[in-house]
Amino acid sequence: MILEVKNGSFSYGSREVLKDVSFHLEEQKIMTILGPNGVGKTTLLKCIMGFLQWNSGGTMISGKSLTEYSDKELWRKISYVPQAKQSVFSYGVLEMVVMGLDKENGFFYSPKKEHFERADEMLKELGIGRLADRYCNELSGGELQMVMLARAMVSGPELLILDEPESNLDMRNQLRILDAIEYASKEKNTACVINTHFPSHALRLSDKTLLLGRGYKKKFGSTEEIITEENVEEFFRTRAKIVDFAAEGKTYRIIAPYRIADAPEKIQDEEEAR
Amino acid sequence: MSRGILEYEKRLAVAAMAVLLIVLFFALICVGRYPISPLRAFEIIGKAVFGNREGMDIYESNVILSIRLPRILSGVLVGAGLSVSGAVYQAVFGNPLVSPDILGVSSGAGFGASLALLLSAGMAATQGTALLFGLLAVVVVLNLSRIKKRSELFVLVLSGVIVKSMFDAMVSFIKYIADPEDKLPAITTWLMGSLANVSYRDVVLCSVIVLPCLAAAMALRWKMNLLSLDQEEARSLGINVKKLRLAAILLSTLMTAVTVSVCGIIGWIGLVIPHIARLLIGNDYRTLIPASALMGAIYLLLIDTVARAATASEIPLSILTAMIGAPFFAVLLRKTLGGRS
Repeated sequence: MILEVKNGSFSYGSREVLKDVSFHLEEQKIMTILGPNGVGKTTLLKCIMGFLQWNSGGTMISGKSLTEYSDKELWRKISYVPQAKQSVFSYGVLEMVVMGLDKENGFFYSPKKEHFERADEMLKELGIGRLADRYCNELSGGELQMVMLARAMVSGPELLILDEPESNLDMRNQLRILDAIEYASKEKNTACVINTHFPSHALRLSDKTLLLGRGYKKKFGSTEEIITEENVEEFFRTRAKIVDFAAEGKTYRIIAPYRIADAPEKIQDEEEAR
Repeated sequence: MSRGILEYEKRLAVAAMAVLLIVLFFALICVGRYPISPLRAFEIIGKAVFGNREGMDIYESNVILSIRLPRILSGVLVGAGLSVSGAVYQAVFGNPLVSPDILGVSSGAGFGASLALLLSAGMAATQGTALLFGLLAVVVVLNLSRIKKRSELFVLVLSGVIVKSMFDAMVSFIKYIADPEDKLPAITTWLMGSLANVSYRDVVLCSVIVLPCLAAAMALRWKMNLLSLDQEEARSLGINVKKLRLAAILLSTLMTAVTVSVCGIIGWIGLVIPHIARLLIGNDYRTLIPASALMGAIYLLLIDTVARAATASEIPLSILTAMIGAPFFAVLLRKTLGGRS
């Protein structure tokens, strides 16, 4: 078990965000976390990685509690892909990717030729070798997200944690990110935890899904069992149809929302009261 | 990799700056109200280094060795120190608009010096109190910002603002009560920065602090790239953000405090020289740190030459750094950004 969260609860001050969250993920598998805005998906990722401290419960990585890991040890095992945004100072793409190798090295380390070659190799593997000479702040959102992914993957982690990697991207770039995640999982044997707003992406990619909803509702299980028309209505309050279709000899499954579901009165009252 | 050429160009630029600094060092030591030929200056310094004072014009060697050399040496150290402090602080705060006095070093030192001048303390005592209060200001800021054991960057900036305004107000108060005949001008002049009164003692003081700090900044220059990213992002890349940030603040603060105590408050260099370096060779701290050091040194060397040689009386440095620097920076900014779009 590469990742296990047991009865995790977290609150910002007195506002409880996550209550009694549990799930587990086997090596090399992909897990998606789905849920409407504001249910604490990003908070959950931060708790998993220890950026925020669980109030109770905890994270286990490879059977060992997060608190027993040193920073170095932890980040050699896992890599984090933040949502791509332009940094204050624009660095070269190759430099950005090489920054993914500091975790293997000491306080006074500075990258050498072989490190740059590894970074260059990683870019080529992900099909973005042509970006090596560019500067990060001149890239498109999709390209920058790919660079962030390359930086996370260059050290060969066992677990990738991605925060809405395909948000704000066009269709083509979304598919490129999904393909790259699939590549990480299938070819590099990396387990992935992905926050996403797209149930269809979960259907396409993931083995496991954690569904989070208002009122500390949650469901965890295999993606097929979790992403159902009933659950989507319950958690997103949206009517949707799951559609299978075949194209070029492959079957795809997507989910198409078609109408806002009528909310139970109680919830509506709550929202108006806010 | 085609990238190699670019790196090579950057290193070449840094090397060129180093050569320029050495050339300027010997050229500008000849400039002044008593002109001396470069060859002669070279000879005097050479002989002094080897302890051979035979056949030297006492007057000439005095001008070179006792007046200009310590001044130029401390100018180089102060310029490099302030500029690298600025570059490092910019990484710590992930903000290009940060200068070395963000945490109140200069204000604290300014207060210390004003107090000493008000009490008619000697030169050494003035420098001592300036150094002390400069460091004290930062210690207070760091302590103020430690809320719930973790210090957030914005709390750090706000604490800096608080401490800075406190010390600035106290400086104003001292100026208000200071004797307008002799003490007020002394305080005002000190607050605008000058290298006119530096001696070899100052050169030693500067070297002892600035050189090790510059060496530390050089050793950590790659890490500064990571430090400038989002805190969580930097942490996830496996660096110890807290430790690195503290080391960076410590070395920048020490450099700024010692330079301010030696020659007063010199504005502009710490904020703008790193930017000029960024425009010329990019943001990568591997070349930005040495380039900032060299450009800061070159810039202060040039400015100080104007300060001492342009008119019969000394012009305070802070006036010149901005008056000469601002138009230059404006032109450079327009040119570089214009070329990019």
